[in-house]
Amino acid sequence: MADSMTTAQAPEVAASGARPDRVTRRVRTGLRWLGIVPFGAYVTLGLIAPMIAIAIAAFQTSSGSATFANIDAATHGTYFLGLRNSLELSVITAVIPGIFGLLVAYAIFTAKRGAVLRRVVITASGVFANFGGVPLAFLFIATLSTTGVATIWIRELSGFDLWRHGFSLFTPTGVAVVYMYFQIPLMVLVILPALEGLRPAWREAASNLGARSWEYWRYVGGPVLFPSFLGCLLLLFGSAFSAYATAEALTGGTVALTPIQIGALLNGNVLAGQQNLGYALGLIMVVIIAIAMIIYTIVQRRAARWLR
Amino acid sequence: MAAIARAEAEAQIPSPVRSAGGRRSFPVWRWVILLLAGIYFLIPLYAAVKFAGFRSFPDVFRQAGFVSAIGLSLRLALITTVITLLLMVPTVVYVHLRLPRIRRLMEAITILPIVIPPIVLIVGVLKVAPGFLLSTPYLLALMYVVLAMPFAYRSLDAGLRAFDLKTMVEASNGLGAGLPTTLWRVVIPNIRTAMLSAVVLTVALVLGEFTMASLDLYVTFPVWIVDFEQNSGYVSVAASLLALFVTWILLMLIVTVGSRGARKRGGGEVALFSVATTRTIGKITGEPE
Repeated sequence: MADSMTTAQAPEVAASGARPDRVTRRVRTGLRWLGIVPFGAYVTLGLIAPMIAIAIAAFQTSSGSATFANIDAATHGTYFLGLRNSLELSVITAVIPGIFGLLVAYAIFTAKRGAVLRRVVITASGVFANFGGVPLAFLFIATLSTTGVATIWIRELSGFDLWRHGFSLFTPTGVAVVYMYFQIPLMVLVILPALEGLRPAWREAASNLGARSWEYWRYVGGPVLFPSFLGCLLLLFGSAFSAYATAEALTGGTVALTPIQIGALLNGNVLAGQQNLGYALGLIMVVIIAIAMIIYTIVQRRAARWLR
Repeated sequence: MAAIARAEAEAQIPSPVRSAGGRRSFPVWRWVILLLAGIYFLIPLYAAVKFAGFRSFPDVFRQAGFVSAIGLSLRLALITTVITLLLMVPTVVYVHLRLPRIRRLMEAITILPIVIPPIVLIVGVLKVAPGFLLSTPYLLALMYVVLAMPFAYRSLDAGLRAFDLKTMVEASNGLGAGLPTTLWRVVIPNIRTAMLSAVVLTVALVLGEFTMASLDLYVTFPVWIVDFEQNSGYVSVAASLLALFVTWILLMLIVTVGSRGARKRGGGEVALFSVATTRTIGKITGEPE
């Protein structure tokens, strides 16, 4: 970018015929970039270098020679199961909260504007969406563990014992129930702007042309909203896929999910030589997230065509 | 957050849809959805209070390790906030003044810490960090600065967009003020709200962060809560509720300050809980990027 600037200015400088002037300008353009050197250095050391180190170590043995064994181990057996669980969990906790969050957002979107209800839901969503991690895990331990308050209620009210019928809070299913607690409000926050982008004029036009409510959604509202909806689902997918703290605190590291397995391989009390397997799993996670984000960008571009 | 500000700004516009359609404004299914959501979100809170019992709240403060854990978390929060402000305020101001063309690039870079799973990032950091940093807990503060970048950058960027920075800085220079004076007495007073949201979000993030601290083997407050479960589940639940309560107060602080600022400026984005929201909103309202 600095180069293109200099070239653009070059004719003017040449016309004045002052060569030192051009040098000064080039120096000045170069100096311009000095202002972001601290930030650039910080990002390079704190973000880029660690990621490069992982990418390299994923293809190394513990003694440093090149190998594919880590990637191979990471995609077989327990670690394959972990990846599959993680992907399934992320898809489920993107789709269900996605649909439910859309309904909640639509419910408050059509409520009276400025109404208390609407404000309460939006504010609560902002708070709950940021509430993952350790406290969330313990809230659900108090609610749905074998001695949890809701477990006992259900047993006393209906005689149905959740835990005797295959439910466990400490499996991917249990983790999914907990993740929805921050995924639903996140969906409300990210889909609401898209709903607000649906212009009332479209609805009026459709209605004037004789369209009924479902026809409006089938031919106008739905197609306009769909790319945004898909984009939001991808965000939820990413958010569930990279979550670590909630599942770790909830299950004590026993559930077979990739982030938990990485933690177990690298928390210091594992055999040497297993670490590089952890790096390989990390690399795989980053690649999956990168794919999701690329699709997100494409989808988002489509969404922006209508919603501006 | 941005959504809140927008919602309020639009509060006065009557919706033509409903008056034209003449439908019932709030059919039964909407109440069912909101009721279900209410049940799902409130029961765990109630359950936690009931499970822990009110008597165990004072107990939390008396437990072994509590004071040192909360002390470490607060120290990390302080250091992280100071470094974040020192690094991000000059950088964002500089980009706005001298390199506005790279704002999009900055946005892309600062979203990375949200996109990259924290477990992967810390694993990489522990691999490359030099020994003198590995042996102190303050490596965590340095990493939390990275984690806070998405929030800090977006808050400050929104704050700087809300007034005519260039004109003010030129005016200040014209009146003979040097760069430090301009920054301290002209720029910073104008982005106080934005800085406050950046600080609050950073503090909330540091106080709740578990992944990096536990992999780095330092006992911060969230790590302590999990470790303590082995002694007493009740205390862990009570401590979780306390942590939640503090986080909520911090976040409500931005909601209040943020919406007040928005009203003063006639709406617009203030701060954000979720980076995605602002991105989407930025696109929809067609704001210049």
